[in-house]
Formats: sequence, structure tokens, C-alpha cells
Amino acid sequence: MTVTTSSANKHQPAEPASGPLLEVKDLCVDYGFGDEAVHAVLDASLTLRHGEVFGLAGESGSGKSTLAYAISRLLRMPGVITGGEVTFRTPAGTVNLLNAGEAQLRDLRWTQLAVVVQSAMNALNPVMTIGTQLTDVLEAHRPGLNRTARRERAAGLLEMVGIAADRLGSYPHELSGGMRQRVMIAMALALEPQLMIMDEPTTALDVVTQREILEELTDLRERLGFAVLFITHDLSLLVEIADTIAVMYAGRLVESAPARELYSSPRHPYSYGLLHSFPGLHGPRERMTGIAGSPPDLRDLPSGCVFHPRCQYVMDRCRSSVPPLITPEADRRAGADRLVACWLHEPGALTPAELGRSES
Amino acid sequence: MPHKQPHKHMFQLPKSAKIRIGLVLALLFTLLAVIGPWLAPYNPNVSLSTTNPLPQPPSSHHWLGTTQVQQDVLSQLLVGGRSTILVSLIAGVIATFLAVGFGVAAGYYGGWLDDLLSMLANIFLVLPALPLLIVIFGFLSKSANPNDVLIGVVISITGWAFGARVLRAQTLSMRNRDYVTSARIIGERSWRIMAFEILPNLVPIVATSFLFTVIYGVGAYTALSFLGVISVAHWSWGTMLYWAQSAQAAQQVHIEWWWFLPPGLAVGLFGTSLALLNFGIDEFINPRLRAAGLSRRTARLAGLPRRVPLGLTPVAKSPAVSTSGQR
Amino acid sequence: MRLIVRRLTLYLLTAIVAITVNFFIPRLMPGNPVEAAIGHMQSQVTPATIKALDLQYGINTKVGLAGQYFHYWGQLFHGNLGISFSAYPATVTSVIRAALPWTIGLVGMATIISFVAGTLVGIAAAWRRGSWLDNVLPAMTFFQAAPYFFVAILMVALFATKLGWFPQNSGYDTTTLNPGLNWPFISDVIDHAILPALTIVVGSIAGWIIGMRNMMLTTMDEDYVLIAQAKGLSRRRVITYAARNAILPSVSGFSLAIGFVVSGSLLTEIVFSYPGIGYVLLQAIGSEDYPLLQGIFLVITFAVLAANLIADFVYSFLDPRTRQEA
Repeated sequence: MTVTTSSANKHQPAEPASGPLLEVKDLCVDYGFGDEAVHAVLDASLTLRHGEVFGLAGESGSGKSTLAYAISRLLRMPGVITGGEVTFRTPAGTVNLLNAGEAQLRDLRWTQLAVVVQSAMNALNPVMTIGTQLTDVLEAHRPGLNRTARRERAAGLLEMVGIAADRLGSYPHELSGGMRQRVMIAMALALEPQLMIMDEPTTALDVVTQREILEELTDLRERLGFAVLFITHDLSLLVEIADTIAVMYAGRLVESAPARELYSSPRHPYSYGLLHSFPGLHGPRERMTGIAGSPPDLRDLPSGCVFHPRCQYVMDRCRSSVPPLITPEADRRAGADRLVACWLHEPGALTPAELGRSES
Repeated sequence: MPHKQPHKHMFQLPKSAKIRIGLVLALLFTLLAVIGPWLAPYNPNVSLSTTNPLPQPPSSHHWLGTTQVQQDVLSQLLVGGRSTILVSLIAGVIATFLAVGFGVAAGYYGGWLDDLLSMLANIFLVLPALPLLIVIFGFLSKSANPNDVLIGVVISITGWAFGARVLRAQTLSMRNRDYVTSARIIGERSWRIMAFEILPNLVPIVATSFLFTVIYGVGAYTALSFLGVISVAHWSWGTMLYWAQSAQAAQQVHIEWWWFLPPGLAVGLFGTSLALLNFGIDEFINPRLRAAGLSRRTARLAGLPRRVPLGLTPVAKSPAVSTSGQR
Repeated sequence: MRLIVRRLTLYLLTAIVAITVNFFIPRLMPGNPVEAAIGHMQSQVTPATIKALDLQYGINTKVGLAGQYFHYWGQLFHGNLGISFSAYPATVTSVIRAALPWTIGLVGMATIISFVAGTLVGIAAAWRRGSWLDNVLPAMTFFQAAPYFFVAILMVALFATKLGWFPQNSGYDTTTLNPGLNWPFISDVIDHAILPALTIVVGSIAGWIIGMRNMMLTTMDEDYVLIAQAKGLSRRRVITYAARNAILPSVSGFSLAIGFVVSGSLLTEIVFSYPGIGYVLLQAIGSEDYPLLQGIFLVITFAVLAANLIADFVYSFLDPRTRQEA
């Protein structure tokens, strides 16, 4: 795959000779088993490169969080991974995350792969100090450090996110919401992992704090160079900070493209509908269209393309067969790194103009 | 995830074995309470022989043997059963009434009423119940001969506080829900809101509280009888244990197990049946407590571990069948 | 701190209620307790004693109700709980003082063992969900539902009478040993205490197990436990993180439980003729020794309140959120 050289990207996703950082192929995740199984994620595939910010967008119930947690094997009961491959490249070698044993996972957890969740109040243990929660990973993964060294490092981490070191002895309930979120980020960066999975990290915050946190995140990324899998329902947010965006709907990945290109020329009717659901601050007034209908019940998915009941371009084919993720002809010729799961982009199909624009 | 057919799940017969056992046992005991005394072959008070100084082991005449003064143990068990079960039920009903009244009122009205009732409940919770009951009955039994109903009433005074606290907490959380707020805006009267909006949602908790209190009641009544604080002329399972202990039935070289085992087991089983029912209600209220999802067979078929440790999402070894039919 | 202050207020109020109840009950019941007393003590009664009793119970006395109430409080502050009818002329205080250490020793030890063991088993039952432990729990409820003294009787029958492993009665072998800090005495005390303690543990442990298990299951669903796993911490560490939170309701529930445990222990002592408060209680009931009965009620209430206060201190130590000054 070629690397896009969009001038808007401040930080180039790197691709060392060995390959991408994370590869997910045809991942399937269910809740429950047997007859009662609910398919939360179906045949999801994505590729994440070193240092890349990969945004995963979708409504509630689209499976984005499920996908992210399944990748790291942190999905709670009754989640079950029922198919696919997840390959993670560490400096020590390639790991098949779905096959890895407990010890192997424990080794690479937090050292290579860290998680930041939506609510810091819930993610921080209420009966332990911030300091302890920062040093426990150091204790577990860096046996060479003594207590003083650990404490120093913890203080350094706090300063890195703009919190005074004297807060090491504070308890989570003694900090403000924004500070707690920053502590979570500092905690995640303690061992300088290659990949940060962030599940709606700013959704619970007010807009101002949101901006601060995101700026800080960008800053840290430039300094430390980690990749981010950023999950959110806020597409507009991703357009600003992500390098690549993937859109999920009812458990399936329906489109994936570089951020700028998704924003200017969406290929999937759902992405198109999403992008036209929020008004821009500038530009002429537009009529809001939204998307008719509502997301389907995961226990009773529509046949064929999951989006077809709500799609304004629906064809007969859409009702009967599931469209695979492909690169549209035009994009292939232009060398653009895009995937779409829609019969409208099949070679030879008649693509509507608004879904076939190319990046000018 | 919401159930497809919520009503179907609610009225489903309980799957768990322990709940079914609890239900059967509870019904058996109810039956015992009603017809027990009629089934008793002898009068429990009567000494059937004056020559024998030792309790007799079970025989064809006396299925559960006799006491030291040759009274029939089985008859005592059957007659005592009614009193024991009746007193605990009365205590349970009255205490639950008090708990609902105080708890819901405190939670709904808040303010000084809440403060007052909460303080009252806390006092009764902290005050050790059995010593208090001993003092009350110590003075009461001498002068008046309390009947089952009175005993139940007195016991209930010490048993309402726990349920009241739980119900108050639940009412507090419900008070600010939309359907209550809208009822208040419409102008519905407070007691109607409490009775028709709040109470129906509290039913499982009230049921649990009732069962707990009955268990407490049987324990308290049996303990009081065992101590002899409640007149030992009044037959109950606790009284049987009083006489057995006085005669040191367990310390004899030939252990007189037929004397103390039946009443003790009866109390234990009665309490267990109610506790099992409580388990069932508990699991209904809190689905997290239900048995962990996968049955042995399905787990084995999929190559999944029976016990799923935290932080290790299982990967099924056999491919799942897609219900949409296509991949 | 606020938590402690609030709880202390509650305990003081409860103590006042207990004392007031103690004062009023004999006056509310029909009958004359003083007559019963005289009947028991017979020849040893002096007119002064009768007068004191009359005042204590409000009979034939010119002092008004309020006066009697204050008099009662005054007596209490002097540590005077009255004179025991059955152990005349010994005071209630002296009778209780002789028996109290036995009870505190037994109940204290047994409760600690039960709480610690129950909590650990509860954690294991929650962590190893779906194992055989889950099936043992309903069986344990039987022991919880059965009265302590019945379990005690079973223990005596099985371990003492039938198997002869432990003594059947008493706190120590009164015939051969001298009480004191000598090893034969101490080991004998322990020997006699094992079955009663075991009874208390068996009767109370199921509650701790189930409570801890349920709370662990709820806590394990929390995000911070998931994050602990995501951090790659050792299994033991993760369990500890969860348990530190899950144990809080057990500690606050301790306050509720202690009342039951104490009551159950008193009954257990009776079965073993253990020389504690329970045994004294039985004598008091049998001989209608009202002052002793009332004295026991007060002492037990204060002991339970004290235990509660200790539990509250432990709770505020474990949960930093309670230390906030609002």
C-alpha cells in the first residue's frame, strides 16, 4: 500500500520495512453463543500503520467499541471472538493476538498496547492514589526501577500532561474531570506503547476541555510517535485529528479512507448521510438531510447489505447479497488508499455523482 | 441487551434447581403449618408411660421416638410446627408492612420525616435484637401468656428496620424518575403515586425483604423458646430444643439424636427453603448473578473454556453459524 | 471524620434508647417484679434492699417518674446495674464482669476468623466463577438458616460425644486446673473453645462468603478492573484491586451482622455450658433475675455499639472518599 502524502497530515504514518503495526482481517465477534448469539462485528478488516491516527466512527451499537476491545482481548463476557485474525507487530516480533496465551498478552499489554476509556472516574480505582496507579505498571513491567525511580517517572508523567507532581498522593475523586482524563492518558503512556486504543476519550467532557485534551494528545503524539485507534461517534472530531477514518454500521466496516478524502468525497451512502448531518460553521447554509430510519436490531439484521433499508440508492442486488470491501476503480487508478462496501462502486455499476467525486 | 419477549421471560418457570427446591420445600412447610396438628398421633404434652426414665429411639409406635418423659416427638414436631411457622409468618407480614410504610414514606417525602425515620431505623438496626426481645418477653411472659399473634407482633418490632432502609434507598432513586415527576406535575396525590407508581416496581425487593424477615422471625422465635423466655408450655420447635438441651440429649453416651435432630432440621430446612427462594429473586433482580452464560455442552463444543477469566476474551475454535445465513 | 461523627451520634442515641427502654419495660408490664425478687431471695432481704428495689422499679415510691428516670441514669453512671436476685448479694456488675471476658474472647476470635475466611472464600468464588464453589453456596445457606445453637448441638453430638475429639462442656476443666497464665490452663481453654468457636464460624461464614462474592462480581464489571487487566498486571494484583473495593460493603455490613453474631454466640454458650454471658443469661431467665437480665441487655448493647464504632473507623480508613470534609 502506498503512503498518502497529503500535506494536511502533520505526522506521516511510518511503515518500517517489516509492515504495518496492526492488521485485522475478517474479525467476527459475537455476544453470547449458539442460537442466542448476537453478531456485534462481522468481517471487519483494517490496517494500522506505526504512528498513524486511525479513527473508528459509528453510531451506538455499530460495533466500534466491541471491535477495539476484541482486538486487545479485553472484551467482557459474554463476548466471544468467532473468527478472523489479528496480527500485532512488536519490536520483539509478530504476535497473533487471538492465539496469544495469558502470559504473552500480559507481557505486551501496556508496554505495546494501552487503553484509554470514556470515563476516567470509572477507569481509576477510587480507593487508591493516582501515584499508585501510575507506578503499578512500572512495577509490573520495569522490574529494574526502584521505588524512587518509579516515583520520579510517575511525577514526570503527570508533568507531561500538565498536572503538578504534588498530586501524586491525591485520590481520583479529588481531581476535576479534565484532570482525571489527563491522568488516564498519562497512565497509558507510562511505558510508551506503540498503540493507544482510545474509546470515546473526550465524549464525557465539555467542549473546551475536549479541545485541550486533544491538543495535548496531538502534542504527545508528535513527541513520542505512537499510533492511536480513536473510537468515537463524532465524525467531525475525527476529520480534524485522524489520518485515516473507518466508518462502521451495524457491525460491519462500510468505508475506510484518509480523513480529508472521506470528508470531501465520501463513497458510501451512510458516510455521505453522516457528513451531511452536521452543519459546518462556515460556508453557505445547507439543508440538513440526515438519514431516514434507525439502526437495525443486531439480533435481526437485514439481508444483504445491512444499510439497504435506509439507503436512498438501494438496488435489488443490495437486498440479497452482502457487498465486499473493495477499492473503487477510480481510486485504484489514482492510487488512493480507500475501501468501500457498496454495490454502487462495483466495476461497471452506475455510481451517483455525489458518491464518485475525486479529491481535487 | 433487551430481551426479545420480555413478558415471556418474566413468567418463565425458574430454571435453576435451587429455586425449584426452595419452592417445593416452602409449599411443604405451608402445608405442615395448616394440617400438622391434625396429623399428630398423640398429644405432645402427655407422658405416655411413667416407668421409663430414658428417651426411646424411633419405633413403630413412635416414629420419631420419645422424650425423657415419654412424650411423642413426632407429635411435638407437628404441633410445634404450626406455632413456629405461624409466628414467623406473622412477624414477617407485620414487619414488611412497617418496612414498606416507613421506607417508602421516608424515601418519597424526604426532609425531616426522612431524617426522623432513618434515625429510627438505624437505631433499631444497631440495637441487638435478641437481647431486647429477651428483656421484653422476660417481663411479658410472667404476667401475660402471649399467644402466637402477640409473639409475632413483638418480634416484628425488631425486624422491620432492614427492609425499611433498603426500600427507602430504592424509593429515593425512583423519586426523580420521569414517570414519578410527571405524575406529580399532573397533580396526583402523594399516596396514590406511592401506591401505584413506586410500589409496583418495588415488588421484588418487598418479596425479598419479606422472606428475610420470616427467616429472621423463625430464628428469633426459636431462640426465645430455646432460652425458655417464652413459656415452655407453648409448643414450638424451639421449645423441643429447650427440653432436649436441658436433658443434655447430645451429651449422653447414647446420643438421643431423634430428639434434637428433627426440630433443628425443620428450622434449618424452613429457613433454607426461603433463602433459596430469595436466591431466585436476587438473580431476577440482578442478572449479573445468574449462572455464567455458557452451559457446559455449548462451551465444550466451541472449544471455549468453561470458566472465562477476566481480560481474556475467548476465541471460538469452531466457526460460528451466522444467523443471517450469509458471510 | 464526618462519617465517624454521624455514627457516634447514632450510637449515643441508641444507647439512650436502650437505657430508656430498660427503664420503662418493667413499668409497662403487669405484675410486680419486686415481689418476685423477694420470693427468690427470701431470708436475705433487708428493708433497705426492698426500698432500693422499689425505687429501681418504681413501686410504692413517692418519687415521680421523672425522678426515677434520673435516679436510674445516676446509678448507671456509677456503674451500678443493681443487685442480682439469683446471685444475691452479688451485684449485677460483678456477675457480668466475671463472665464477660469469656464471651469477648470467644466471640471476638470467632468473628475475626469467620470474617477473614468468609471474605477470602467469597473472593475465590467470584473469581473462579462457574467452579464447584458455586454449588457449595446453597448448601451453606442451610447452616446459615439453622440456628446457631442447633449447629452447636450437632457439633457436641458429633465431635465431642461421638468422636471424643473435644470436650463437651465448660470453658476449662474446673476440676483439675488452676486458672492463670500457665500453659496447661491456656491450652485447655483453647481446647474448650474450639467447638463453640467453630459453631459460630459455621453459622456466620455463609453470609460473608455470599456478600463478598456478590460484591466482587459487581466490582469485576467495573472499568478500573478491566484497565488493571489491560495494564498487564499479575492476576493477584488485579484481584486485590477489585477486592479492595468489594470489601467495603462487607465492612459496613459488619455493623449489622455483629448483633446477630453476638446473639447467636450467647445461645451457643448455653449448649456448651461455656462460662460466658450466655450461660449467665440462661440462669437469669430461669430464676427471673430481672436486674441481671436488664444488666446483660445493656452490656451487650454497649459492646455491640463499640464493635460498630471500630468497624466504622476501619471503613473510613479503607475508603478515602469518606475522609473528605464535605
